[in-house]
Order: sequence, then structure tokens, then C-alpha cells
Amino acid sequence: MTELLNVLLLLFLVVCAIGVAYIRDLLSAVILFSSFGLIMAIIWQQLSAPDVAMVEAALGTGVATLLMIAAISKTRRAE
Amino acid sequence: MRITSRLVTPFIQVYGIYVILHGHLSPGGGFSGGAIFGASLILIALSFNLEAGVKQISHQTASILESGGVLGFLLTGLVAIIFGGNYLANQAAGFPIGQAGELFSAGAILIITVFVGIKVASTIVTLFYNIIEGEK
Repeated sequence: MTELLNVLLLLFLVVCAIGVAYIRDLLSAVILFSSFGLIMAIIWQQLSAPDVAMVEAALGTGVATLLMIAAISKTRRAE
Repeated sequence: MRITSRLVTPFIQVYGIYVILHGHLSPGGGFSGGAIFGASLILIALSFNLEAGVKQISHQTASILESGGVLGFLLTGLVAIIFGGNYLANQAAGFPIGQAGELFSAGAILIITVFVGIKVASTIVTLFYNIIEGEK
């Protein structure tokens, strides 16, 4: 059961990563990147690294998304 | 959004301080706790407006705290040299080692972790202010 969950999470991670690279709208790319970070945090937890998971959830999902959205609001949204 | 963030912010801040203070006992530490605390300060500036965030912690205060965190870290290391150990020495320099598993137990580690937490939280806030306010 846990392995099935892990495989699903990893598949979703790959889909998110490819989507971030290919999507044209920058705001959608940022949101996809934040969901990438959230899934990455869950995977770190599954790999029994709660320390890294905490940092990834706070920085990779929260603060990095905020900073990138702030940067988009200063520049253009389309690529 | 405003009501939710007003409700949630104290809990995020308490959790961040908890993670910082229990850095030597449980997962987490100065970096993760500081990141959580800084994210809560950004949340205020994002959900209300920039003035409300500046009222919580101004740009200048954040910059001073950022430098102060580094200075505190360095001074804690130098205190260990003064009391006759290596740089950042802990037990050898005579910091009190309490009962293992209690909050005030690991000597200098707790002090260092608190300074790292202050540094990381104010760095995140400074980054956000720098991007929002733009170049001058």
C-alpha cells in the first residue's frame, strides 16, 4: 500500500516537473512548481527525512512561490 | 483571506518558535523554524497590505536583525574560545549540559539555534520587501 502511494507520488512529481518546463503561462508554472514542492515534501517524509520535509514545505512551497509571484507582478505574466 | 490569516498567524508563529526551541530534541531547528516564522510575517504583508506588514517588522529592523543573528552566532563561538575551547566548542568550553531530553539541555546548541532562527526569518522578510519595493 505504501509502495503504491510512493509510486503515485513519484509519477505526479514527474508530471509536475515536465509541466513546469512546457507550460507557457508563467503564473500557472509557478502554481505547478509549488505543487511540485508539496509532493516533494511528502516524499521526503516517506523517505524518513522529516527535517528536510519541513524545510521543503516552508521554503519550497511557501516562500519560493510568494517570491516568484511577486516577481511576476513586477514583470510580465506571459512568457 | 484577512480573517483566516489573522486567525492562523499566531499559531504559525508559535509553531515556528517551537520548532526553533526544540531544534536539538526533535526534527527541525533554526533553519526550518526560522523559515516558518518568516513565512508567517510575509503572510501578514500579503493578505493585508505592505503597510500592515511594515508595522509588524520594518525593512530596517529586519536588516538589523539579519546582521544581529550572524553577530550572535559569531560571538557565541568566540565565547567558547574565551573560556578555553575551540571555536564553537560546547561542553569543553564549560556550557552547562543538562539532562538529556529536556528543553535546556544542550548548552550552546540552543543559543546558536535561536540566533540562526532570527537570521533566517529576517532574511526571508528582507528578501520579500526587497522584491516588492523594487530597486531604488
